[in-house]
This record gives sequence, C-alpha cells and structure tokens, in this order.
Amino acid sequence: MKRNSTASVVAVVMLLTMGTGAILALHKVETVRGQEATLEEVLYLPSGKTLKRISLGYSSLLANIYWTRAVQYFGAQFHKRTPRYDLLYPLLDVTTDLDPLLIPVYQTGSIFLAQRPPEGAGQPDKAVELLEKGIRENPEYWRLYFTLGFTHYLDRKDYKAAQEAFAKGSEIPGALPWMKAMAARMAERGNDAGTAIALWQGVYEMTQEDSVRDSALKHIASLRVDAAIDELQQRVQLYRTQTGAWPADWSDLVHKGLLPGIPVDPTGEPYELLPLGSVQVKDPKAFPFLGELHQ
Amino acid sequence: MISRLSAIALNTFREAVRDRVLYNLIVFALLLVAGAPLLGQISIDIERLVLVNVGLSAISLFGVVIAIFIGIGLVSKEIEKKTLYTILARPVRRWEFIVGKSSGLLMTLAANTALMTAGFYAALLIDQRHLGRADAGLLIAVYFSALQFLMMTAITLLFSTFSTSIFSAVFAFSLFVIGTFSEDLRNFAALAHGITKWFSTGAAYIVPNFASLNVIAQVGHEQPIGGRLIFFNTLYAVLYSAAVTAGAVLIFERRNLK
Amino acid sequence: MNAIETQSLSKDYAVGFWKRQLRPAVKSLNLTVNLGETFGFLGPNGAGKTTTLKMLMGIIFPSAGSATILGKDCLDPAVKQKIGFLPEQPYFYDYLSAPELLEYYAQLSGVAPAGRKDRIAELLARVGLADVGNKQLRKFSKGMLQRVGIAQAIIHDPEVIFLDEPMSGLDPLGRYEIRELIQSLKDAGKTIFFSTHILSDAEALCDRVAVIHKGELRGVGVVNDLRSATAEKSEVIWQGAEALAAVAKYAADSHVTGDTVRATVSTQELDLVLERLRQQRARLVSVTPLHGTLEEYFLAKTAEEAVRA
Repeated sequence: MKRNSTASVVAVVMLLTMGTGAILALHKVETVRGQEATLEEVLYLPSGKTLKRISLGYSSLLANIYWTRAVQYFGAQFHKRTPRYDLLYPLLDVTTDLDPLLIPVYQTGSIFLAQRPPEGAGQPDKAVELLEKGIRENPEYWRLYFTLGFTHYLDRKDYKAAQEAFAKGSEIPGALPWMKAMAARMAERGNDAGTAIALWQGVYEMTQEDSVRDSALKHIASLRVDAAIDELQQRVQLYRTQTGAWPADWSDLVHKGLLPGIPVDPTGEPYELLPLGSVQVKDPKAFPFLGELHQ
Repeated sequence: MISRLSAIALNTFREAVRDRVLYNLIVFALLLVAGAPLLGQISIDIERLVLVNVGLSAISLFGVVIAIFIGIGLVSKEIEKKTLYTILARPVRRWEFIVGKSSGLLMTLAANTALMTAGFYAALLIDQRHLGRADAGLLIAVYFSALQFLMMTAITLLFSTFSTSIFSAVFAFSLFVIGTFSEDLRNFAALAHGITKWFSTGAAYIVPNFASLNVIAQVGHEQPIGGRLIFFNTLYAVLYSAAVTAGAVLIFERRNLK
Repeated sequence: MNAIETQSLSKDYAVGFWKRQLRPAVKSLNLTVNLGETFGFLGPNGAGKTTTLKMLMGIIFPSAGSATILGKDCLDPAVKQKIGFLPEQPYFYDYLSAPELLEYYAQLSGVAPAGRKDRIAELLARVGLADVGNKQLRKFSKGMLQRVGIAQAIIHDPEVIFLDEPMSGLDPLGRYEIRELIQSLKDAGKTIFFSTHILSDAEALCDRVAVIHKGELRGVGVVNDLRSATAEKSEVIWQGAEALAAVAKYAADSHVTGDTVRATVSTQELDLVLERLRQQRARLVSVTPLHGTLEEYFLAKTAEEAVRA
C-alpha cells in the first residue's frame, strides 16, 4: 500500500539540508557577533542584589552561569593584543552577590584580578576588596586569609597587611599550622624567595583552574632560578675574593671546590657565566617571571 | 494546494481569534506596557529605559507564551477531538495540514505582535510626547522577537505531532529557557572535555539560539545593530524553523492516529 | 471497476507494557463493494468495523494488505475528492457555525467558489438544519451534529459515501429523516458503505451486507436472499380461542390475548391449519408469511467459530 513516500522523502531532505544550513548560519551569526556576545548585555549589568531577587531562588544557578561568563571573559581578553579587564571585577561582584558562598570565585577570581598584566588584570586592590568580601561572607574559611596574605605580599608588597592576614587566618579553628609560620616570615623578610615559593605552592594546591596552576608553576620555577642565580653569584664573588680574578668558566669553580658540578637550570640548560661575575639563564623566555621579586 | 493551505491557515487563525484565553493574555500584556511609565517614575533618569525594557520584554515573553499555548495543541488537539478524521478523508495531504496549521499560528502571532507593538509605541508617545529615530531602532528588537516566535512555533508544532499538552508545554518552555542561555551552554561546551564536550556541543547547536536574538538591552541603550547580524540571524531562524517543521511533517506522515 | 475493494487488509495493534504482543484488530479482510450499491458492514461492538473504515480513510495505516477505492489506492489524494466520510460520534470545530464549517470543508474538498454559499444553504435545508443561522457548533445537540456530519460528507457531491453509525444519537423522527436522505442518495446512484450494529437499519437500506466479528469476515450476502432464506413459516392470527385446541399440534409459539390467538405455523401445514380453523368457526384476522430476519443470519454468523484457524 503506497504511503505518501514523496512527502516523507522531501521532508527528510529538507530536514538535513535546512538543519545543516541552520548550523552554518548560526556559526556566521556567532562570528559576526564576536566572542563577547553575551557580554554585551553584561555591559548593562544589573546589581547583583536586584538580580538575586529576580532570579526567584535560582540565584545559585545564575551564580554558576555568571562565574562561567567571568572565566570566559577573562580568557577572551587574555588572548587579545590589548586586553582590558574593566568588567572582571563587576562580574565577580555580581557572581558573589548571587551566591556569596561560592569560594572558588573569590580564590581564583582574585588571582585573575591581582596578577600583573599580561597574566592578569593588574588590579590587586580590587582583588583585596573581593577577598575581604569573601571573608565577610565566609568567616570560617581560613584559606581566604591565605590568598589575602598572598596578594598583599606579592602583588602589593604590603608586608604589614600580609602579616596581619596570615595571623588572623591562623587563629581560625582548623587552620593549618604553617599559617602561623607564614605570618612570622612576613614579619621577618620582605623579599624572600623561599616565602614566595611557599606562597605559590599554596596557590597551586588551592585551585583547579588550569591557567592559575600553570602560572603558579612558572612563578615557582622562576623564583627557584632567581634563588639559584643569587646563590651562584655569591659563589662567583667568593671565587673572586679567594683568587682575585673572575672565573672564566664553571669548571674553575668546580676545581676550587665551590661547586659540585656544572650548574643547570630547571629546564636542564647550564647557567651562563658572564664576564663580570653575573649569572643568567640560557633562555630567559622559559622563565617569564625572573627578577619579579626585586621589582 | 494553495487554497487548501490558506483555508487551513485562516481557520487556525480564526480559532485563535475566537479563543477567549488569547484576549485575556493580550489585555494583560497591554496593561503591563501601559503601566511601565509608572515604574519609570520610581527611578529617575531611566524612565525611558524602563518603558523600553518592560515593553519589549512583554512583547517577547507574551509572544512565546502564546506560541506555546496554541502551538502544543495545534495537532494534538485535533487528534484528541477527532476533528482530524473528516479532514484526512478529504484531498488534504498530511504535510499540507502541518504547514497550514503552522502558518495559521504565525498569522496569529504576527497580529498579536503588531497589536502589542502599536500599544508599546503609543505608550512611548505618551511618555515622550514625540517619537524619534532612536525609537525606530526598537523595531529591530521586535523583529528579532518575531524570529524567536518563528522558531518556537516550529518547535511546539513538532511536539504537538507526537505528544499531548502538559508534557509538551513544559518541554517547549524549557527549550526556550535553555535557548536564552545558549551562549552559556556553548561556553560550557568549550570548557568541557571528552563525552561531555561532544554532548554539550551537540546540544548547543540543536537548542534554538535565542541569545543572539536578545537585543533588548542594546536597543534600549541605542546601540546600533549591524546589518550583517540581522541578515544571518534571519537566515538562521528561517532555516532552523524549516528544518524543525520538516521533522514535524516526517513524524505526522507516518503516524497512526487514534 | 469496483467501488471499494480490499485485499488481505489487516491491522495489528502492539499491546502490552513493552509493546511486544500483537493484538489483531482486523484479520486479512477481503471485501468487494460494487458501484451504485448500498453495502452494510455489520458487526458487534469491537468487531473491527471502525478500524477498517479508518484504514480506508488513511487515518491509520494497515499492517498488511491493501485497499482500493474507485480503482485507485485508498491513500491517493485524487480519490479523496470523490469520497465522503461521516465518522462515528463526530466532533467538529465547535467555535465555527454550521455554514462556516461547511464552507471550510468545501474549500478543502475543492468545491468551486462560485455558488458555494447557495449549495451550503440548500444542503443545510436538506438535512433539516435550515434555521441554525450562525449558532456555534458548540451549542448543537447530538442529533444536530449528526446532521451536520452528513452534510459535510456530501457537500462535495462524492460518488462513494462512508457512514459509520449514521443513526446514532437520533430520535425516531431524525432516524426517519436520515433514512430518507440515504435513500435519496441511493436513488441518485451513489455507492454507500454503511457501518452499523443496528440490523433493522441495514435491512431497510442495504443491497448486500457483510458480517464481521472479532476482526474476521464471517459472511457476505444479498439482503433479499438472506431474508427469504427462511420464509418457511407464517404467522396466523384468529379470534376464537377455543379453536386452539384443534390446531395445537401444528401451532408453535402460540399467544392468547382475550379471545385472540397468535401462532406460528410452518408453511407445509398452513393449509391444514386454516381448514381446521374454518371447521371450528374461528374468525381469521391475518395470515403473514415470515421471512427469516437478518438478525438470525447475523447471530448465526457471529456464533460460529472462525472459519480458518
């Protein structure tokens, strides 16, 4: 019995062709709009409190959406030649208004804000503001104090504030003992590479965000190199004091017993010994954060 | 064929017009638009913006509600009530029925939108005492809303061919909400890995993309909308709706009625 | 060319929670209806009558077999032009008025715009709905809806008309009017396919009937033949109750009311009984030959076990 197979065939063909066409057209729409499509509406960001009221109890879900948007925003700006991070803090502010208990937003968001460009937005004061808000809303979460101290120490160079942060955090029940140790180190040393490395290790452990972890590893590597270079330069100085001349080669120091062997950097390349006793890495590009501590 | 299609479309339109529920909706919507200037009084300086936001949002939302309310019953109601029997006994092809019904609903939506837009502009006129160029730009938001209606009609029609009321309504409305957040769905797909990535990327393309059609905020702030965007959005909406309607035809052609 | 012809038309329904079992609703139906005849499709409720009609209309698709109407496949849109269908307990768009409904259907069936309005008015009068005006169908009684149903079935002057329980919901006057209508269609040479479980209607109108039971065709026959098949008895009515004793041996089913007796006598013994009654000075009121009724044929066919296993 003949059903209307013509109509069915036409329908199938139309479904496939129009469907494909629709997908292609959608692609074009997205291209024309550019990547920040949703963010255009974000330019007219309502206040977080209003949004929370409107969202009728789905504020937590909305917070998740805004957090995703914040991450996308950051990523999109990151890849631009001249990034501008104006909306980052407002986005994070709205997100945390919608769900003040969303800890990763404070933690990772503040890192995005605090880090110097091009790694981050270069707004450490805003980062502090965000963290303090997080602490207000989550007073028992001692790790926020860690990030606060971290930001004060490394990005704002405000060692007193850093110490206060670590000290306060260490008093919260459940805080790990090294918080006290960190507080002490803040007080003692201003520019200590070891401290900085410890801080970055803390950051590495507290976040799941790939870009932040990546950054932490790079910082640690650079700090280690800095420390190594310091140490090596000291040894070279010692050689000169001992022999009255600059060493020509690492082997000179080895012969003098000042070094166990040819020193190599974390990538495995030997350090370069320059004529007047300064040391540097073979490939500075591998260590983007060299010398940061002393700036 | 044309006479049959137009007969079915006009009959569908007539049914909607005689349905009292529709009138309640329209009256409510017009009241909302009329009340917007009052809201604007509360917040100084942004009176116009509030009126624009409330008005355009009302037009958009009510259109979607109507599309869903009527759309889900387009075919299923005829099957339930057996009014289809005497139709199919006539030289009406099944696909003609689908296209005709769909056209009827689109006519209804067009009429409703026109009415509400007129009311909206009337409210604007009363508030501003004149209408300027910037106000013409608002029509683009209305046009984009119309494109959304086109897509929602196709979707609800599709559901109507195989499912009945409540379930269809919930599903259709959910698709509308997800479609509004389709940009975020896409972002999620970009960040995901493995199977989740495939799944969410697929979903991001199948779900109607309403995010790029939501320009109310922009027109409210008098930002221009590019011609290319209008063109490609139109293309997308038309192709998407055609594909979904083809799907509805496919299902209906093969369906054993009760 | 036959008006309607089915070949091994079958329909199975998938039942059960997992839709695995098949329940046959119509089993391999082979039926032929000639042009111009009025054909009765009889069966108890649930026999498969409506299912067969739905398959012929293309509302559902057969599981196996095929059917043609006027020589073309029943799903061919070209043939729909020439058929009309009145479903059982029909529903129509209740927000329309009767003229609007007929106008809509006429448009869908390709009736030329010129003269449509007159035709509709004429048809409404014909089915007894001359003064419904613009009343919406939602306000119609069952009987009125049934008449609208017939009107929509013939608005486009089809050659073959399918009626599913056309008398349902009608009062005696209505039934009479519809019977007259069907008769007039018959006189106009239309082919009528008439599905019902009311045998008296079928007996009155149909040329041939088919009996369907549990999805199977149990018998097909010409009504007149079936009726005269068992005209071996006569009903005799007389006055003079005392005469009964003389003929009691030959009188089956005798009823006495006052002085009047009514009894059934076989044709063979009729002359004998009449002679005896005359001898007894009984006063004869009437002698009526009894034809076998369709009912008997129907009951016989539906009581049999299936012909095939």
